[in-house]
Amino acid sequence: MVDDNTLLERRNVVKKIVDHRGNAKIITGLGSPTYDVFDAGDSHSNFYLWGGMGGTAMIGLGLAMSIPDTPIIVITGDGEQLMGLGSLASIGVQKPNNLAIVVLDNGHFGETGMQKSHTSYGINLCKIAEASKFEFFFDVVSNNDLENLIEILPPVKGPIFANIRIKSQNPPRKLPILDGVELKNRFRKNLGVEPL
Amino acid sequence: MKVDDIQNNWEEKLFSLLLDHKIDFLPYVPDAGHAKLIALAEKNKLLKPVVLTSEEEGVAFASGSWLGNKKSVLLMQSSGVGNCINMLSILSKCNFPFVTLITMRGEFGEFNSWQIPMGQATKKTLEAMGIIVHRATHPSDVCPLVDAALYGAFSSDQQIALLLSQRLIGKKKW
Repeated sequence: MVDDNTLLERRNVVKKIVDHRGNAKIITGLGSPTYDVFDAGDSHSNFYLWGGMGGTAMIGLGLAMSIPDTPIIVITGDGEQLMGLGSLASIGVQKPNNLAIVVLDNGHFGETGMQKSHTSYGINLCKIAEASKFEFFFDVVSNNDLENLIEILPPVKGPIFANIRIKSQNPPRKLPILDGVELKNRFRKNLGVEPL
Repeated sequence: MKVDDIQNNWEEKLFSLLLDHKIDFLPYVPDAGHAKLIALAEKNKLLKPVVLTSEEEGVAFASGSWLGNKKSVLLMQSSGVGNCINMLSILSKCNFPFVTLITMRGEFGEFNSWQIPMGQATKKTLEAMGIIVHRATHPSDVCPLVDAALYGAFSSDQQIALLLSQRLIGKKKW
């Protein structure tokens, strides 16, 4: 087990990834990852989920296969990814080289009272990604590990999976807009598509 | 286990229709009633089948593909509708266009009674989540209904399910 005090802080981790996004589109899983990415800097290339728990990686896959020349980074939590475990297998079948799945793993369900998640009981998402034929998989526990991950972001030779162990803390919520239609339209406009 | 042979070629016509509408992806959890369509897509490079572990993945996949301005049609059987319920909320919140073709179990001539509860609840479940539901009972219904669904969805952000009845696809032989 890793000592919680030595673990990375979620907002610092996310800021670093967002700063290295290049031209990547970012999809965020509901709860803290949505707040973290918004806090790191809003962009019309971000699509924030406020619901649909378990679906973030598959939205990433659908997008990655639709715009194969653009890198896609999915940033989500351990609980959200655990609900969509099957999607790692579905991604492994398609193997899009422009997709990275980044899990912020605090080992807990942070939005609902910090109940322990499966990763606290030793379930290893990185090994599941490895078994699901991801091209690269990172178990990130230190700044050094994070630097190694960031070196291959934005993703071009993926799919990449990174499980980043972070402190189980709840920084102040930073809330992006809730309006899903607006989030969709601004994202598509940014790709040059006008709303229907 | 076999499915009754179907005496006409509605699946080929349906496949051509999907190509006419420039559908890009067919995310699916297989059903015997969709087997021919999936096989046709596997042979054709213009329309990519995407195998899923659970139907809700297809709802999310279709949403992601529309963010990238591509069109998906989700294939599943009626039992999969129950797996999708919460994920369908993304469609109504974001007004994503959505078309799913659902082969029915748990109705006409069903042997396996364990299919009945979800089969009987399929339409109600979809409607409860804000999806428009149409139903094809005869082969001649399929293409006009799919054509209208694809037009409605991808030209004006509608969410439409087309139920392909068990009578249409042929009851499963045991």
